[in-house]
Amino acid sequence: MAAAASQTSLESAPRIMRLVAECSRSRARAGELRLPHGPVATPVFMPVGTQATMKGVTAEQLDALGCRICLGNTYHLGLRPGPELIQKAQGLHGFMNWPHNLLTDSGGFQMVSLVSLSEVTEEGVRFRSPYDGDETLLSPERSVEIQNALGSDIIMQLDDVVSSTVTGPRVEEAMYRSIRWLDRCIAAHRRPDKQNLFAIIQGGLDADLRATCLEEMTKRDVPGFAIGGLSGGESKGEFWRMVALSTSRLPKDKPRYLMGVGYVEERGDAAHPHPCLWGVDSWEPLPPGRFGSALVPTGNLQLKKKQYEKDFRPIDPECDCPTCQKHSRAFLHTLLHSDNTAALHHLTIHNIAYQLRLMSAVRASIVEKRFPAFVRDFMSTMYGDPTLCPTWATEALASVGITLG
Amino acid sequence: MKLNLTKVVNGCRLGKIKNLGKTGDRTMDIPGCLLYTKAGSAPHLTHHTLHKIHGVPAMAQLTLSSLAEHHEVLAEYKEGVGKFIGMPESLLYCSLHDPVSPCPAGYVTNKSVSVWGVGGRVEMTASKFMAIQQALQPDWFQCISDGEATCNEATSVKRARKSVDRSLLFLDNCLKLQEESEVLQKSSIIGVIEGGDVTEERLRSARETAKRPVGGFLLDGFQGNPATLETRLHLLSSVTAELPEDKPRLVLICGVSRPDEVLECIERGVDLFESFFPYQVTERGCALTFSFDYEPNPEETLLQQNGTQEEIKYVDQTKKSKTTSCNQEMTSFEINLKEKKYQEDFSPLVRGCSCYCCKNHTRAYIHHLLVTNELLAGVLLMMHNFEHYFGFFHSIREALKSDRLAQLKDLICRQAS
Repeated sequence: MAAAASQTSLESAPRIMRLVAECSRSRARAGELRLPHGPVATPVFMPVGTQATMKGVTAEQLDALGCRICLGNTYHLGLRPGPELIQKAQGLHGFMNWPHNLLTDSGGFQMVSLVSLSEVTEEGVRFRSPYDGDETLLSPERSVEIQNALGSDIIMQLDDVVSSTVTGPRVEEAMYRSIRWLDRCIAAHRRPDKQNLFAIIQGGLDADLRATCLEEMTKRDVPGFAIGGLSGGESKGEFWRMVALSTSRLPKDKPRYLMGVGYVEERGDAAHPHPCLWGVDSWEPLPPGRFGSALVPTGNLQLKKKQYEKDFRPIDPECDCPTCQKHSRAFLHTLLHSDNTAALHHLTIHNIAYQLRLMSAVRASIVEKRFPAFVRDFMSTMYGDPTLCPTWATEALASVGITLG
Repeated sequence: MKLNLTKVVNGCRLGKIKNLGKTGDRTMDIPGCLLYTKAGSAPHLTHHTLHKIHGVPAMAQLTLSSLAEHHEVLAEYKEGVGKFIGMPESLLYCSLHDPVSPCPAGYVTNKSVSVWGVGGRVEMTASKFMAIQQALQPDWFQCISDGEATCNEATSVKRARKSVDRSLLFLDNCLKLQEESEVLQKSSIIGVIEGGDVTEERLRSARETAKRPVGGFLLDGFQGNPATLETRLHLLSSVTAELPEDKPRLVLICGVSRPDEVLECIERGVDLFESFFPYQVTERGCALTFSFDYEPNPEETLLQQNGTQEEIKYVDQTKKSKTTSCNQEMTSFEINLKEKKYQEDFSPLVRGCSCYCCKNHTRAYIHHLLVTNELLAGVLLMMHNFEHYFGFFHSIREALKSDRLAQLKDLICRQAS
């Protein structure tokens, strides 16, 4: 059933992960990714810049915030402006004028998000374009071809993605197909020296399927692994168990990327560093700024609400981002009620700064051997009383030996 | 404040306004323009991106239409609108309306004037208006006036007379209220010249307003369509001629922002303009590309001429082919980045432009951002368009300094459609 790993490259994949510190209690690690466009400290949040832009934030602003890696989307860029044009523009880095690292996904996630427009076969994913009705086939080969043209530092295999709410034989089919597609991606990859191809572990919420996938994929010598198929819809409890299982079977000396994790909490969107608990090195956050929401240690503020009309404090008094340095919640409230897009940009800047700073703090705590204390502090700020902490979180922490309260 | 005129050439005034601001140490160049804002912020721009632009004017224009409904918040804030919006170092001028969004007519009464915010109409008597200004504490503010008789359409003498009478009454009431307000002692009221298209009423408005202790004069109701331009300009000349030479006779105009119209007004004695034109260009996905280099070297001229000719030819073609409503208002001072021809154009918006966008990005990238409806398009275009426009004003001052305004005007007229 499992394909032999004969397609792996004859030279071993580059070791791009340098471990700096490990938490002795949980599986959290601090490290450094050594990528073609510079080093990236981990754990790290990677902002999502779907269509060659980080919303309304310039490349220079993003650089000034300390961002060293962000995401681009192969499906969207493959359609507009297309790989040929981007290649003429010196790759995605040249097109956007972004000097640091880029990670592109394979286009696979759109199979779930645009499921009504797509059809999966062994060959690949057939999409009908929402723009002109044209049909395109996204095969493993084509996905890698596009990503080779984009020139991103980390590229993702095309995987057969099913929503985590799907059960039954489709999940198993997708898992095995993802392995076959991984081998096809490895074979098609023309630039292994310049671009790092990551495998994506599938298997849904089935521990056995996941374990099988892990066993097979780790036989392929790729530079890094991603944990896929956990993109919302599943319960938090199921989610963290699959993450924990996945990282327990992934090689320690390679980076782990948790895909599609932004999630909605009962108390609103929040930035949680919990994937660190299990030794995940990178993931991309939800972009809350779109709805006028700003991240704070206790959750987030919905600044359009009337309660902020006369609140003359900055979003977060501890935050050193340009937004918090210059503006009050009251002003942002006013601006959000106008049609000036600057309001959104202020929030995007803050939210990115907040998330990057959180990761820096997490990293420092791991290096300084006080990660469990950091997590306890973080949870108590967010929830107050330990009894108010959601069950899934308490269980997750307990599983790595961290108790609250 | 003090107005230092360096020179006056054929009615054009070049100089500096000194002793501005709360601390009395700021300066502004004239002819000049004010930074256009929406809800107290430059459109699309944060403090960081705004300050990447070269030549940002010392004074920003705020609009009462976007701020009046927040006056309770500002009153509670106490520290003035400049600090509230995060521009404590900027000089501030508060106009009544937003030049980009016309307001409905028929709401001026003998006792009140209205502005339109997001939440609807805000009616203001002189007292309420001054209470709002007390909360805002701008450096200059436009007095409430009856601006419904413009010179774009025929006004009855009776209506014109009423607009002048009402405006003078408002002015006198506001000046009186200002005397009683400690907080507004450092602010200057700008008197508004009204009168529709009736010359005698316009002159009366000018004379009477000049008798009051205003900080400057705003020419209201001179905006309009190209068809009536010559009549309006003629009237404008008469009005500015009627203003006394001895006061700080500072003249602002609202609703005029196009490069060709700006030059016409400067020649007729106007000193300060609004900068909403680059914003309108941005909103239609266009970039200002007109040249204001009136003394280029011969090689550069040839290259630019070729470029300009091609642009003009293409613009004519697209205008004929009648595309979206966006393009109908497009001028020949700009290029439309949505056009397919820019898809693979890896040159900057304008060769030689030193703005952030031109130094870092290509026409192809802007085209992509527009086609995919990304917010960054507005940010980058606004940065370029403001910088280009402020550069134009700088060139006006330089041309005046070296007696070359005729060349600049000629260059601009050649590029006007």
